[in-house]
Amino acid sequence: MLAVCDGTSRRSVLFCTVPAGRQGVCSAMPVAAARALVHDLIVHPRDLRAENRALHALAAWAYQFSSQVSVYPPCTVLLEVQGSLKLFGGYSVLLERIQQGIEALGYKAQIATAPTPLAAYSLACCNHQQYIEDAADLAAALADLPLSVLDWTQPLLDRLHGMGVRRLGEVLKLPRDGLARRFGPDKLLYLDRMLGRCPDPQTMYKPPARFRRRLQLVAEVEQTDAMLFVLQRLVMELCGWLHGQGGALQHFEIRLWHRCQQHTRLTIGLHEKSRAADQFMVLVRERLERLELEQPVQEIELRADQLLQLDAQSLDLFDTHVRSNQVDLLDRLRARLGSDAIRGLSAVAEHRPEYAWSYSEPGHSEQCSDDRQRPLWLLPVPRQLRTDNNWPCLQGRLTLQQSRERIESGWWDERDIARDYFIARSTSGACYWIYHELSGEQRWFLQGIFE
Amino acid sequence: MNSDSMNLDTVLQRADIWRGNQMASRTQTVSSGFGELDEQLPGGGWPRGALTEILMPQHGVGALRLLVPALSRLSRDDDKRWICWVAPPYIPYAPALVGAGIDLSRVLLVHPKAQQDGLWAVEQSLRSGTCSAVLAWPALDDSTAMRRLQLAAEAGDALGFLFRPKRLAPRPSAAALRIQLEPGADTDLSVSILKRRGGWASGPIHLDVPVAQYDRTVALHSYSATAPGSFHAQWQ
Repeated sequence: MLAVCDGTSRRSVLFCTVPAGRQGVCSAMPVAAARALVHDLIVHPRDLRAENRALHALAAWAYQFSSQVSVYPPCTVLLEVQGSLKLFGGYSVLLERIQQGIEALGYKAQIATAPTPLAAYSLACCNHQQYIEDAADLAAALADLPLSVLDWTQPLLDRLHGMGVRRLGEVLKLPRDGLARRFGPDKLLYLDRMLGRCPDPQTMYKPPARFRRRLQLVAEVEQTDAMLFVLQRLVMELCGWLHGQGGALQHFEIRLWHRCQQHTRLTIGLHEKSRAADQFMVLVRERLERLELEQPVQEIELRADQLLQLDAQSLDLFDTHVRSNQVDLLDRLRARLGSDAIRGLSAVAEHRPEYAWSYSEPGHSEQCSDDRQRPLWLLPVPRQLRTDNNWPCLQGRLTLQQSRERIESGWWDERDIARDYFIARSTSGACYWIYHELSGEQRWFLQGIFE
Repeated sequence: MNSDSMNLDTVLQRADIWRGNQMASRTQTVSSGFGELDEQLPGGGWPRGALTEILMPQHGVGALRLLVPALSRLSRDDDKRWICWVAPPYIPYAPALVGAGIDLSRVLLVHPKAQQDGLWAVEQSLRSGTCSAVLAWPALDDSTAMRRLQLAAEAGDALGFLFRPKRLAPRPSAAALRIQLEPGADTDLSVSILKRRGGWASGPIHLDVPVAQYDRTVALHSYSATAPGSFHAQWQ
């Protein structure tokens, strides 16, 4: 069970996990009292910098839904969604996507929508999940909110309270000139901005050009399951950022941080650029399954430096469906077996049999036709055959078919060959491709098998 | 009485139970390219979405040549799926594949380092739906793995071919089709069907699976290469 406390000398609980809450821990309770209730309570001091980083990460993720995002520390992100409604298919669809996304990232959000930033902020603070479309309805919608939603100083709020003002509606009813005189013209401006009578320009958030995100684990972890849980969140943040940037990736990096700032680095590569979280996670899972950790992990970092532009062609879903699945298979095989374990084949126009082929990138093959009879299997290295009276043997004396093929080639690169090739048959009925050296020791070799 | 019939129903619904009289007509197949063999195979060819086990005494009897006509066809299908070779024992020789009409750009080679990775790769490839055929040479003798592979082949609508040593023939296997190869005279190949859906095992049939375009009736009995360029075969 976990609780977060503030950093003051009194040390009281700010937040706690649900199981801790069930045992009676609540916010504003002194830490000592909470510890008395729950003996194994883990108490972390509040880390405002980490919260700020999380808020900015959330803003980067939210950039996929709107190009106008602002960050309101300590805990608010503001999105201009008017321009996005049509693209995402209406307000309710957009809201649902944002809500689901935030939940999947592991956050809890209070969302409200209003024509002005301050009104939306105030409604969200009170967890009024409303959608107010028209600025004319604002005053009525805000009237019931408590004064605490105003981002004003505590002495000022106390003065208002002393005047018998309890609700926002009552503040709005105060005479304008009197309010400006007693509390300052900026407070009048604040209310005007909230009601949409004055423009309220925002500082726009600019997402970073590369993705760096590091999450601390609650406890040191050695199992990959717990790491996958955190990585899932990081990958979703990554994909939100990619959507916001209109970009894709061909590889990204996971760093597992151990004690003493040591880390294990895992690079995940993709055959084709992508930004699909599911696909990334499959690869991450495969990669982690093979991982043998030498030390427990304290923090997990996800990094992506090379943002690639996603061209319209890659977004075409119709004809590339099978192809993208194929790429999935390649990526998956590579993630587990290593990239050198997955290859394609090419034929090479070359007389020397051992050079007449090469490995290639899967799907990209040279294929020159050759009418001559060739075995389906080639031995990686020709195998010297035993001889009996200068006659080649393999499980007994071989029977040679009478047609032979003479290959003399390669004088230009000092790997020249001069050989007579035969199709041979063993007494057990297997067919082989063997050759006899025409020079040197005149040995017999097995080079291929007619499978 | 009632409970007995219930039991039978439950048994029939199990995934590993197949009813011989029903399966045959539903099987989708790819012609093997050998008429005599197609006649013997349920549905007239290699079964799609199923595992075929090829048992052979050794390499070099013609197991691949038996598949080449079907592979060539599959490699030229419009759906552009892979023909995946997992852990081949030797190098699939590109010029021979081209010669046999196989489109090399559809060939995918997987060389796993560990045994378990090999089975995993076969299963992934079969299941992915992006492989028209998966050829594998598993060294492992594991019947649970076979069942998993059979299910994966069904899921991915792939032709799965497992090449295994002849000594495993008596072992039970989840493969839908099991055939055993023996070399015949010359380039003949004798094919026995050990198991097929909707039919009994068959006696051996002899197929001509040619290695080369040459006169099969004559063989070389002595040869001297001492004088390159003045080569003469000597006849008995």
